[in-house]
Amino acid sequence: MTAIEVRNARKTFKAGKRTVVAVDDVSFSVREGGVLGIVGESGCGKSTLARLILGLLPADSGEIAIDGRRLVDLDRKARARLIQPVFQDPFASLNPLARVRDIVAMPLRAQASFSKSEVAKTVEEMLTRVGLSREMGGRLPAELSGGQRQRVAIARALVLRPRIVVCDEPTSALDVSVQAQILNLLSELRRDLGLTYLFISHNLAVVEHVASEVAVMYLGRLVEREPTEMLFARPEHPYTKALLASVLTPEPGLGVPDVGLGDTLPDPANIPPGCRFHPRCPIAEPRCATTTPAVKPRPEGGVECLLA
Amino acid sequence: MKRGWRNIGTWVGAVIVGIAAFCALFAPLLVPHDPFAQDLGKRLLVPFWMEGTDPSHLLGTDQLGRDYLSRLIYGCRISMMIGVTVTIVSGIIGITIGVLGGFMGGRVDDVVLFAVTTRLSLPVVLVALAVVGLLGSSMTILMFTLGLLLWERFAVVARSTTMQVRNLDFVAAAWCAGCSRFRILAGEVLPNIASHLVVVATLEIALAILLEAALSFLGLGVPPPLPSWGLMIAEAKDYMFFSPWVIVIPGIALFVLVLGINLLGDGLRDLFGARSDA
Repeated sequence: MTAIEVRNARKTFKAGKRTVVAVDDVSFSVREGGVLGIVGESGCGKSTLARLILGLLPADSGEIAIDGRRLVDLDRKARARLIQPVFQDPFASLNPLARVRDIVAMPLRAQASFSKSEVAKTVEEMLTRVGLSREMGGRLPAELSGGQRQRVAIARALVLRPRIVVCDEPTSALDVSVQAQILNLLSELRRDLGLTYLFISHNLAVVEHVASEVAVMYLGRLVEREPTEMLFARPEHPYTKALLASVLTPEPGLGVPDVGLGDTLPDPANIPPGCRFHPRCPIAEPRCATTTPAVKPRPEGGVECLLA
Repeated sequence: MKRGWRNIGTWVGAVIVGIAAFCALFAPLLVPHDPFAQDLGKRLLVPFWMEGTDPSHLLGTDQLGRDYLSRLIYGCRISMMIGVTVTIVSGIIGITIGVLGGFMGGRVDDVVLFAVTTRLSLPVVLVALAVVGLLGSSMTILMFTLGLLLWERFAVVARSTTMQVRNLDFVAAAWCAGCSRFRILAGEVLPNIASHLVVVATLEIALAILLEAALSFLGLGVPPPLPSWGLMIAEAKDYMFFSPWVIVIPGIALFVLVLGINLLGDGLRDLFGARSDA
């Protein structure tokens, strides 16, 4: 059973005369209970992809289905019971003027099918479940630490018992000491509640820790997809290799590793012809500039490179 | 939180507005005389700081012998009433239009911008004069005319702040939670733009009070014998060379009240600004 099915999704934004292709013909699926990690540098379209799947943005073309049903056929209440987000910055994702209890109760109230006592009981259970004490329910977000706020955001996401949670960089705004707690909490909740995660991050170590499968995104396309151990053990795409090489070592004095990608960041409004990675690719050949690579299937995934 | 209240101007403004609000609310209990009672034997009595004053008329009397202090206090009541009512009417119109435009975007926002531009191209005083000239002058007509004309600042501020809040993740989270548009607007957006709107409201109250005074001065505002400050200035202008206090007193009152409201508005702006910085 597939939890998320994305077929040929495409999303462009108009910025004046320029057209920015944020998500370009992306297809993938996540099986139920799986965790797909999506990694890529900033601006590669991973957050846009998350917003398409959450229904926050309409796709220009292509089809997105969750739990076997097309996203466009579901009304928002039904969608809310299936899929929920956890956003990056818990300082922006919680209404600063609402009490924690009301923030967590909001999805229940929006359904309008729960009694007051049911709402209160469910909210309390959920707060305990994410490791917040009862008294926290009466607090305002400003009175909580970053980790506690993210716990509130997780409680809000899970209070309707959705099947799928889209985590958009859920730990990158947090202190390193808190990141592990939140990651463990997310893993624990996934096991207990049988959740499927789409886990978006630029942090490879985080993805390796939580994901069962990893997709690497570059300029709006998934360039490589593989089960986590295989991808980390034998990366095929030169961009994936570069990403893996760019992980900082704790060794002092070594400085930032040179991954051979040059200093220029890619411009999503001006995508290179042929293989879109070729201007930065350390092993590019002349044909990379003219031939667009097709997806080469691998046993449990695929890679989009002429040379792989 | 502290910056706004540390500023002496905020306190001055708050005290002035507090006194004005008190006078407005309890005017009938405060006045020493009936503000409408004429006594032609006591015309143009001088106020307390001049020689030959009548101790029962602290601020003297006007050209019809009416107690000036009583009229000033009743005038405050009328100014405050007009300021507050006009601001409520224009606030309801402007905030509704602005929040809708900012939240919905697209076509709705185009219509809102067009409405704001249209409104800005209308000269307020001229339109108000025309309406009052056609329909006759009464306080109700005046309040609703000004209310229908002064909403654009509310609309502009509500629109731009809504646009900022709309893009925050907590609104996206409410959308994903399945909340209705109305619930998102009323529960998530409005409370978070309210502080900006309060500041606009103070400015609008001051503006409405000044406009009422201007229209009354021109004889098209509050109808006599109601003691509006603008009307008092208008009636006093014939006597200003011989009895200057009759024009100075309501003039100063108007100046001080508008200054106080603006000071309080500035203080509130700093206060809310400081809070959102923290």
